[in-house]
Amino acid sequence: MTAEVVAPRGWRAWLMAEAPSSRLHARLVRLYGTARIFARNPLALLGVGIVVLLVALALLAPWLAHGDPSAQGLTRRLRPPSAAFWFGTDELGRDIYTRVLYGARITLGIVGLVVVIVAPIGLLVGCVAGYLGGFVDTVLMRVTDIFLAFPRLILALAFVAALGPGIENAVIAISLTTWPPYARIARAETLLLRESDFINAARLLGAGWLRIVFLHVMPLCLASMIVRVTLDMAGIILTAAGLGFLGLGAQPPSPEWGAMISAGRKFVLDQWWVAAFPGLAICTVSLGFNLLGDGLRDVLDPKQR
Amino acid sequence: MVAAAPAAPRRATPLALKRLRGVARFVGTLALTFFGLLLVTFLIGRVVPIDPVLAAVGDRAPTEVYERVRSELGLDQPLYIQFYRYVAAVLHGDLGKSVLTSNPVLADIKRFFPATFELATLATLIGVLLGIPIGVLAAVRQNRWVDQVIRVLGLLGYSVPVFWLGLMGLVLLYVHLGWVAGPGRLDVFYEDLVETRTGVILLDSALAGEWTVFRNAFAHLILPALILGYFSLAYVSRMTRSLMIEQLGQEYVVTARVKGLSEARVIWRHALGNVMVPLVTVVALSYANLLEGSVLTETVFAWPGIGQYITNSLLNVDMNAVLGGTIVVGTVFVGLNLLSDLLYRALDPRAR
Repeated sequence: MTAEVVAPRGWRAWLMAEAPSSRLHARLVRLYGTARIFARNPLALLGVGIVVLLVALALLAPWLAHGDPSAQGLTRRLRPPSAAFWFGTDELGRDIYTRVLYGARITLGIVGLVVVIVAPIGLLVGCVAGYLGGFVDTVLMRVTDIFLAFPRLILALAFVAALGPGIENAVIAISLTTWPPYARIARAETLLLRESDFINAARLLGAGWLRIVFLHVMPLCLASMIVRVTLDMAGIILTAAGLGFLGLGAQPPSPEWGAMISAGRKFVLDQWWVAAFPGLAICTVSLGFNLLGDGLRDVLDPKQR
Repeated sequence: MVAAAPAAPRRATPLALKRLRGVARFVGTLALTFFGLLLVTFLIGRVVPIDPVLAAVGDRAPTEVYERVRSELGLDQPLYIQFYRYVAAVLHGDLGKSVLTSNPVLADIKRFFPATFELATLATLIGVLLGIPIGVLAAVRQNRWVDQVIRVLGLLGYSVPVFWLGLMGLVLLYVHLGWVAGPGRLDVFYEDLVETRTGVILLDSALAGEWTVFRNAFAHLILPALILGYFSLAYVSRMTRSLMIEQLGQEYVVTARVKGLSEARVIWRHALGNVMVPLVTVVALSYANLLEGSVLTETVFAWPGIGQYITNSLLNVDMNAVLGGTIVVGTVFVGLNLLSDLLYRALDPRAR
């Protein structure tokens, strides 16, 4: 504690400077302050740890895995967890540990794709509706409300029913049901920004609405979007796993966690490990994203608690 | 207080008219949302890569039969006329016929709905009765270890896949410990012993005085209800915590303490009393969310409710049933959201 009172020196002093010397410096000072608050929350750090671990495991899967995720071995079917098969083997003798590792890639892929599709759509719809207001706003928000009126999973189910099962269609279905809250958030932020002085100044300088929306409004909506994205990750993972479990998402030979639980369901009474480990993986990863999102919200968006 | 203030002349529109306008806007929003719901399901129905005519006549039917059925189904009409007919049919309670059960979809849903209702209601009760005290506790002990434990437990509720928790619960509590009954609503032995009146077995058996059936039904119900209830608990306790923290920072709480009221009274009566109104909204929303959670839970527990009906129809590409189910669940969802809104307005004078 006493160390805090002593004026920091060296790079820390530079990072905590009262009067930043450049734009970059100012940004770094701000970032450092945020990071310091964030680091005081042990649960949020745990979340960071889990997410970083997930990414690392997914990237390094080929080196960490015990061979090929679809390598079958009918002589070693349904073995319990052991030194050779850490998480046991499934009904085709495939190593569950290896499959769970490769499943991390699929999960990350789904989450990444959904976010890449959804965040820009939500941002665009929300910012445009909020900035332009009037008729455009009414129409866009009505559409948003209609999508919000459906329970998400059931709407995703209906979309998958129409598009056919498969992982790509699952991504589309989840995206179609995930964007409305983003539009809502972006609109709320835009409404706050719209009348602020710097926007008026930009308008006086003759900037068109496209320029203002894209260059001045959108960047400022990013903080709350990032919080929301992180908090939504778990929901996306759970929906994708649910679709996989119902046989409507990723299809069986793929080591997607939901589909693996669905396959393990038949053996769950005697061979619990087939379904248990993919479920634990889903649980850990979702928890990691939730802890991270929770911590980020406290730091970036204290008003939204 | 000193002199009678002159009546405020600012009220341009009478209150009654204002209220009426509010109601009109409310009904308008409701109608529009419902219309949008139908538009989405209609469009989904059109996108399906299965030809409904072929599904009805089989792929060996001669062309004239095909054409006849096509015009009978109204599929030779332009899209907007098809949509008009679709809306008219739905408004008359006609959701089409299920291919799988060959019953009208609405009749099917009526049969399956009570099971979901029973499950979701008990789960919400569990979530509310446990979630509110837990949330209050977390708020009072903010940032202490109790709060952190509750926080993690709550976040875990947002992170666990329902279907997996259900499976593991079955393995542990049913197979290994034998504390609860297995999948389904009743053991085969007890089926059809009680006359169906409400469709809610707990009520039916209690009304008929068949307590053995009641006990069996309860043993089947408790595990899925606990699991769904956990999700409700996670949500309710989290919201209670943040609402309570907000209230405990208010000045009237300080006043109450200074007045010498006991801490219990300050917390449970003064602060919680003020939180109750927004909590009603939270509970209604959590109930609506459970409808969604029931889809996966019912699949795991072979629970013959609307969620299982939808997924079964989905796997058999029975589109009328899927879309009918979607409309019904969507409508209930919208209804619950509006109800929570109305309750909020009715209970909180500031929101009027």
